[in-house]
Amino acid sequence: MNKPVTAAIQAQFSHAFAIGQHRTFSLDVELSLPAKGITAIFGESGSGKTTLLRCIAGLEKVQQGSCTVRGDVWQSTETFVPTHRRPLAYVFQEASLFPHLTAFGNLRYAMKRSDSTVSEQDFDRIVALMGIARLDNQYPDQLSGGERQRVAIARALLIKPRLLLMDEPLASLDAMRKREIMPYLEKLHDELELPILYVTHSLDEVARLADYLVVLEQGRILAQGSLSDVLGSIDLPLPLGEENGIVVDASVVERDLAWHLVRAQFAGGELWVKDSGDAIGQHIRIRILARDVSLALESHDDTSILNRLPSEVVEIQDDSDEAMALIRLAVGSTTIIARVSRRSVDKLQLGPGSKVWAQIKSVAILR
Amino acid sequence: MIFSAADFTAILLTLRLATTVTLVLIVIGTPIAWWLVRTRSWLKGPVGALVALPLVLPPTVLGFYLLVAMGPNGPVGQLTQSLGLGTLPFTYWGLVVGSVFYSLPFVVQPLQNAFEAIGDRPLEVAATLRAGPLDRFFTVVLPMARSGYLTATVLGFAHTVGEFGVVLMIGGNIPGVTRVVSVQIFDHVEALDYAQAHWLAGAMLLFSFIVLLLVYGVQGQARTPGMRFGS
Repeated sequence: MNKPVTAAIQAQFSHAFAIGQHRTFSLDVELSLPAKGITAIFGESGSGKTTLLRCIAGLEKVQQGSCTVRGDVWQSTETFVPTHRRPLAYVFQEASLFPHLTAFGNLRYAMKRSDSTVSEQDFDRIVALMGIARLDNQYPDQLSGGERQRVAIARALLIKPRLLLMDEPLASLDAMRKREIMPYLEKLHDELELPILYVTHSLDEVARLADYLVVLEQGRILAQGSLSDVLGSIDLPLPLGEENGIVVDASVVERDLAWHLVRAQFAGGELWVKDSGDAIGQHIRIRILARDVSLALESHDDTSILNRLPSEVVEIQDDSDEAMALIRLAVGSTTIIARVSRRSVDKLQLGPGSKVWAQIKSVAILR
Repeated sequence: MIFSAADFTAILLTLRLATTVTLVLIVIGTPIAWWLVRTRSWLKGPVGALVALPLVLPPTVLGFYLLVAMGPNGPVGQLTQSLGLGTLPFTYWGLVVGSVFYSLPFVVQPLQNAFEAIGDRPLEVAATLRAGPLDRFFTVVLPMARSGYLTATVLGFAHTVGEFGVVLMIGGNIPGVTRVVSVQIFDHVEALDYAQAHWLAGAMLLFSFIVLLLVYGVQGQARTPGMRFGS
C-alpha cells in the first residue's frame, strides 16, 4: 500500500460491532493519511465509512485501536481521550444544529468552547466563506437544508479544529442543494490549511474534492493513496463501471476566444477544454472517464475529436463487462484509463509498451 | 367570606408543601430520570418499577410503610433520632418526605420522556464542540427538555396538592402543620358542613382542571416546529 511520506494521521481499529441481536459488523482498518488536503473515505453504504469516522472522533469506543493525529495521541492501548478533549470538528450527515439556538447562537456555542481564541475577524471571515451572514438570528427550522448544512460547517470551522471530519455532508440534500454547497466545500479545500476526512459514497464528490482516497468495503480497506494513483489503478476491485475514470489537476495557460476554449496544461500533456471563465494561471481539475477515451495507432486529423494525446500502454485488464477491457496509459507522468472493447485490443494488437494515440471524446471540468 | 380562617391555613400549608415537594422532586428526579434513560444496567427495570410504584399502590400502603420506617423503631426513625432531629411522622417534614415518594413518578416520567426524545445526536454534536458532560447537560439537555420540565413541575405540584391517603397515614390532622386542603374537606364532610366542603372542593376541581389544561397546552405546543426535538 502507498504510504504518504508525511503521514500525520495514523489510525488502526479492529472491532466487531453488534448490529441488532444476531449480526455483527467488523471493522478492521489501518490508515495512514496526509496532514493536508481532503482525504475521501469512499465506499458503499454499509462499508463502515461512518463507523470509521466515529472511531476517529472517539464517538465509538473501540477496545482494539489506536489513533494519532498530528502528533497527539488520541487513542492507544493505555489512553482514550474523550471526544470533547480532541481538537477535532465533526459535520454530521443530517443537519445537527441545536434547535434551541439561532444560527449565530450555534456558531457562538462553538466559538466559546474553542481551545484557541477565535477573533471577531475569524468569525466574520468564516461567516462570509459559508455565505450565511443574513441568517444570523434565524432558528434552524426556519432554514433550508442547504443553509443548515452551511451553518453546521461554519460551526465546525469556528472550533478551530486540527482535523475536520465530515460524514456525507451532502447526502441528505437534493441535487440543487448539493450544487449550492459544493462551491463552499471547494473553497474550504483551497483556502484552509486543514486536513479534512470526508466520507462519501459519491464518486462525483470524490473526483471534485479529494486529494487522497481511501476505499472501504465491508470494513476493510481496498485501497488508499493519492487520488490519481487510486483512480489510475485499473486492477482496483471496484465495480465502478461507467464511472471509471481519472482526474488530472491542470492549469489554464491559453484562452481561445473565437472557439470558447481554453488550453489546460497538466503533467505530461495538455487538453483543450470548454472555456468556463477561468483566468489564465487558474488551477482546474479535469475528470476523464474511461469510456470517453478511445485509442488509435495513428494520429488522425480528420476527426471531430479535439484532444489526442500520444501515450503508451502500461497495463491491460479485463473489465467487469466481458466485452470490454480497461487499459492504463501513461501520458508523460500522468495516468489515464481507456475502456475499449476486447475485440479492438486484439485488432490493434495492443500490449504493454504499445504507442497509441488516446482520443478523448469529452472531459468534465470539476473546478 | 367564603373560606374560614382554618380553610386559609390549610390552603397556605398545601401550597407551601406542594412548592417544597416540587423543588425537591425536580432536584432528585432529574438524575433518576437521566440515569433511567442512559443506563444499560439490569437495574433499570427494577428501579423504573420502584419509581412507578406509587401509580398503582394504595396511598395507605405507601403511608403505612413510611410510617413504620420513620417511626421511633424504624431504620429512618433511628437515623433521624441519632442526628437529633426527632422522628418525622406527624411533622411537616415527614409530610414532605412522604409526598416526595408519592409524587415521584409524576416528575420522573415526563423528564424521562423528554430526555429520551432528545436522543444521542445533540449530545454527540456538543461533544465534538468541546462541551464536557456537565456543560452538555446544562447547555443542551436542559433547554431541549424544557417542556418536559414544565410538565413535570405542574404534575408534581398538582399531584402533591391532591394527595390524601399518605397525608392521613403519616401526617395525621394537625392544623397548620399537616392539615392540608384535602384533609380539611374531609373534616368539613365529617362535620356535615357541606357548604364549606363545596367551596373547597370546587376550588380544587377548578385548580386541577386549569393545571391539566396548562399541561396539555404545553404538550400541544411542543409538537409545533418551534419546539420540535432533535431536528
